[in-house]
Amino acid sequence: MTTKFEVNELQLHYGEFHALKQISLSIPERSVNALIGPSGCGKSTFLRTLNRMNDMISSVRVDGEIKLSGTNIYDTGMDVEELRKRVGMVFQQPNPFPKSIYENVAFGPRLHRKPGRKELDEIVEKSLRGASLWDEVKDDLHKSALGLSGGQQQRLCIARALAVNPEVLLMDESTSALDPISTLKIEELIQELKKDYTIVMVTHNMHQAARVSDYTTFFLNGEVIESSPTEKLFSTPVDHRTEQYITGRFG
Amino acid sequence: MSAKTANRVATIVIISVAVFIVALLAGLLGFILVRGIGHISFDFLTSAPQTIKAGGGIGPQLFNSLFLLVLTLIITVPLGVGAGIYMSEYAKPGRFTDFIRLIVEVLSSFPSIVVGLFGLLVIVNLFGLGFSLFSGALALTVFNLPLMVRITEQAIRGVPREQKEASLALGLSRWKTITSVMMPIALPTIITGTILASGRVFGEAAALLFTAGMTSPRLDFSNWNPLSPTSPLNPFRPAETLAVHIWKINSEGLAPDAAQIAAGASAVLVIVVLLFNFTARWFGRYMYKKLTASK
Repeated sequence: MTTKFEVNELQLHYGEFHALKQISLSIPERSVNALIGPSGCGKSTFLRTLNRMNDMISSVRVDGEIKLSGTNIYDTGMDVEELRKRVGMVFQQPNPFPKSIYENVAFGPRLHRKPGRKELDEIVEKSLRGASLWDEVKDDLHKSALGLSGGQQQRLCIARALAVNPEVLLMDESTSALDPISTLKIEELIQELKKDYTIVMVTHNMHQAARVSDYTTFFLNGEVIESSPTEKLFSTPVDHRTEQYITGRFG
Repeated sequence: MSAKTANRVATIVIISVAVFIVALLAGLLGFILVRGIGHISFDFLTSAPQTIKAGGGIGPQLFNSLFLLVLTLIITVPLGVGAGIYMSEYAKPGRFTDFIRLIVEVLSSFPSIVVGLFGLLVIVNLFGLGFSLFSGALALTVFNLPLMVRITEQAIRGVPREQKEASLALGLSRWKTITSVMMPIALPTIITGTILASGRVFGEAAALLFTAGMTSPRLDFSNWNPLSPTSPLNPFRPAETLAVHIWKINSEGLAPDAAQIAAGASAVLVIVVLLFNFTARWFGRYMYKKLTASK
């Protein structure tokens, strides 16, 4: 299997606070990777280094390297906008724009490279199909996205991310605000998506990590404690802290 | 005193304070409107004032006030929105931005007569712009610009972070994120704030006495060439606004009906400002519905 992300000795400081310590990790292509750990362990911060969303915060300092298909994304010549096109993101709260369903999906492609009407229609349909939302909304494309249910909104956000044709999809606790049925739909969707995309997901739900992911990484206090195939991590963890966490003794 | 009694006393005090304020406002508005509304007619709103005869109108003054407002907005909206975007999205928070914010606060609370005298010294005399609409608009900019900066900054800051992140995560640049995601969301707040700020510009008198002047040339409302001295559209002509006119006829009006004219003009002024306020509220609600409800 080819490696998508190769993380080498990554360090991240928020001002004085050392949030990520010496992270080294590799993320294989077309697989589902779950990041688990207690609140404040750095898993979301780590996820946000992968598309450089932490750049928004001025006190953040990042050292070390993250290679995406061989190129360090923290190189000075890196085009961050190009990076974010390749590495899409879905957030914890569904955050569709206050526009129509169609406009939400068309938003990225339209601003990046002004496709024609017909091509745009195709992109919208393909992305909505990719996010298993097409059948539910195909007759209401020009209605407001804010009228959709939470689960539909979240799948719309996935469609919006897919529309710019990324290689990687980052999901930051993307089901934690949803009901169990919507969560199940998104988990099924993730299984479909991993055929074409590399997925890195943060989850606070260990059962979800066990159900959905191929690889699991356990974070604690800004460090990677253990990273291995999901089945192995949950059945025979090497580190005793991993074992304590997955058996529910803390966190 | 038991907690129950204290609660009852506090409720009564708060309600009486509220009633007092409402009664004061209603009395003030009622007084101005009752005194003036009988004098308002189409003729009064459109004809020119008379110096010593009765029956003069406020047509040119009303036009001047509106035109001055438009000129002021043309200057302050681009500057204010630009500065507001800079303050909310580009400037690193620190001493410098705190300093700018302090200056903005001080500017907007400047006594207007001081701004008027400053305008006379610098804009009218030093820059040689004379008593003109343009000088008046620049003086009004001193109050209005800080308001516009603050309105824009707060409106942009009010955009949910999730919306901004959604756009950035799609690979859009900061500028495109501002123009295509944040501005549309912030726009209703900015427009509502601008209309409210317009009320103040419309009613301002002291800052205009020495900048826009206290007289209007004989205006020819059929001449729309902005360079002609008798054209109403010429921004470099002196222009007495409605608020200045009220002050002037009250203090030195010679026409026998000066008191009625002042009352009528005051009522017009108050009605226009109220209209601004209602428009702002209506527009804010309309945009809110448009943005949140499904079509």
